[in-house]
Amino acid sequence: MMKLPAPRNPMAAYLLTRLRQCVITLILVSVVVFAGIRALPGDPALALAGEERSPEALAAIRAEYGLDDNIVIQYGRFVGHALTGDLGTSSRTGLPVSDAIAEALPVTLELAALSLLFAVVLGIGAGVVAAVRRGRPEEWLANAVALLGLSVPTFWLGIVLVLGFAIAVPVFAASGYVPFGTDPLDNLRRMVLPAVVLGSGLAAVVMRQTRAAMLDSLSADYIRTARAKGLSRREVIGGHALRNSLVTVVTVLGLQLGHLISGAVVTEQIFVLPGFGKLTIDAVFTRDYATLQGVVLCTSAAYILINLLVDVAYSAIDPRIRLGGAAR
Amino acid sequence: MSTPDAPETPDTTAGVPAGAATAAAVAPDAPVLSVRDLSVSFRSGDRTVHAVDHLSYDLAAGEVLAVVGESGCGKSVAAMAVMGLLPPTAGITGSIRLAGRELAGAGDKELGRVRGKDIAMIFQEPMTSLNPVLTVGRQIGEVLRRHQGLTKKQARARAVELLDLVGIPAPRQRIDEYPHQLSGGMRQRVMIAVAVACDPAVLIADEPTTALDVTVQAGILEVLQSLRERLGTAVVLITHDLGVVADIADRVLVMYAGRPVEQAPVHELFEGPRHPYTRGLLGAVLRPGVVAGRGVAAGPGAVLEPGVAAAPGAALRPAGKRRLPEIPGLVPSLDEQPDACTFAPRCAFADDQCTSGRPGFKAVAADVGADAAHRAACWHPHDVALQRINQEAGQ
Repeated sequence: MMKLPAPRNPMAAYLLTRLRQCVITLILVSVVVFAGIRALPGDPALALAGEERSPEALAAIRAEYGLDDNIVIQYGRFVGHALTGDLGTSSRTGLPVSDAIAEALPVTLELAALSLLFAVVLGIGAGVVAAVRRGRPEEWLANAVALLGLSVPTFWLGIVLVLGFAIAVPVFAASGYVPFGTDPLDNLRRMVLPAVVLGSGLAAVVMRQTRAAMLDSLSADYIRTARAKGLSRREVIGGHALRNSLVTVVTVLGLQLGHLISGAVVTEQIFVLPGFGKLTIDAVFTRDYATLQGVVLCTSAAYILINLLVDVAYSAIDPRIRLGGAAR
Repeated sequence: MSTPDAPETPDTTAGVPAGAATAAAVAPDAPVLSVRDLSVSFRSGDRTVHAVDHLSYDLAAGEVLAVVGESGCGKSVAAMAVMGLLPPTAGITGSIRLAGRELAGAGDKELGRVRGKDIAMIFQEPMTSLNPVLTVGRQIGEVLRRHQGLTKKQARARAVELLDLVGIPAPRQRIDEYPHQLSGGMRQRVMIAVAVACDPAVLIADEPTTALDVTVQAGILEVLQSLRERLGTAVVLITHDLGVVADIADRVLVMYAGRPVEQAPVHELFEGPRHPYTRGLLGAVLRPGVVAGRGVAAGPGAVLEPGVAAAPGAALRPAGKRRLPEIPGLVPSLDEQPDACTFAPRCAFADDQCTSGRPGFKAVAADVGADAAHRAACWHPHDVALQRINQEAGQ
């Protein structure tokens, strides 16, 4: 870590350093995104031109979208616009990319948040039970469910859940999206199944990590101390063992959240949700450079933000990270 | 009980709570802790390990009982059994009465009301015994909130007092710190603060200084001693450090291979050990400026070095290069419970009686000047004593 002039609040200093790192990462990401998409085969002018493929028409399109310019100039233009919130115009719809993203983002965010909630509640809960009730039927059950969650393909689970809970017993809806603001109940009715499908794998991973971390914590000396204090089982498990296990769990969550975002692409296809996944796929198939750039940039920014949040969560949980310095 | 003439500890602490007489709640002379025929066994596969085998002792209010013996002799397991901290796989028989209340066989809930309140424990590993993610104040406070129903604020104020009591400087700052910000000695002081927070009648200290630097050890012992004097806490001090025993114990219980082998007031034990194992143990201590004698139980001509604190003058011997005496042989496996003296294979006095019958843990007769409180599990306690006397006469 960089040496800072005696920060009054170590947490603030830590955050500042992390933020600086985030900005550098984001710049690198923008370069990679820009260069990577330019390196893809296929000519966007051809895709835009449609039926009319005369050299003149193509040249006109290239000139209009600045595709003839030096690549460095194109990058500079891209960054300059991106900073003002202008991610360009979609070559497919002719509408601003930022509008498309603003429309798709809430859908994906809600899906991701619900999946995360599902995974965390179920994963940590089952993990704690599996560790505390070690060697009993509860542990076997938790392990079996986790194994299932890890090995079942998303699309298959999606289909089964739709058959079960949307068709056989129509509690939830199988497809479509209604904004939360319009009708919260209908929104949730449509989002529960996608969230479960998307979160099941993560829940399994979280459960296994929680179980392992809890087993570790429960055999630690400080648990013996906590018991020697006469604390109740609940206080020993929740107040002492779980708190220590959360560091591991948060790490895994941070690593797995990336999968959540990519998993959303498939899940959104299954449940026909107009989110980021759908936007990405449409953009790829139509060589919609501007949209693709915007989507990848936003996704990368989300990754970076998640990592930052994970680090902040770490230091909130573990004072050794927050205050620096290993055990003396 | 004899009182040790250990030096008085200076009063460096303040904020002593009232109620130092919790221990005397039953009857003035009744023991606060009474352990009878405590046996602990662990099953692993088709083996059964008898970690503790018929251990009995009484602990009077305000008394310091040292439990000594080498690693694996069952002293820690016995303490954990008293606290009810052993895993459910441990088979525990016998009786553990704390101020008249039976703890053996009590459920976790019932024990939870006693642990930390009437009986507390500090452990050997101060570096890992505190929860790394909770502040010192929270860890002291939660025991107060649990047993005394204090509010968060009250618990915090009391925790500051307790930190002060165990000799931690600047307690108001320290209370918001985390264990990793404290040194080992400071962490052990915090552990002591947690243990004495509710003014327990009995404090079990399991090798509290073993993991610490020598300079820090003295400070911790001083705190324990001062707490005993100020709060009247009875202490079971588990240790293998005979120097510590001589310093602060009133009475000593020696364990060997899970069994009690000798128990005596501290001076009696250092001056006239009756069990050959105790003699060997006392002889195997390296002391600066003192040349060690040869194997005690092993053969003739052996010299017993009395404890430094007990009789410093008697410890001087002419200079010369001699090996530190050791007890020959190995500790027996704890798989079996032989109907014999477990020390017999390593003992110079062993005869047929020793290998064919288990010696009772009996008071040694007064004919060689022993105290009535002096007990030994040995068929030949007199021979051991006589040999020593003869040797000293021959010097």
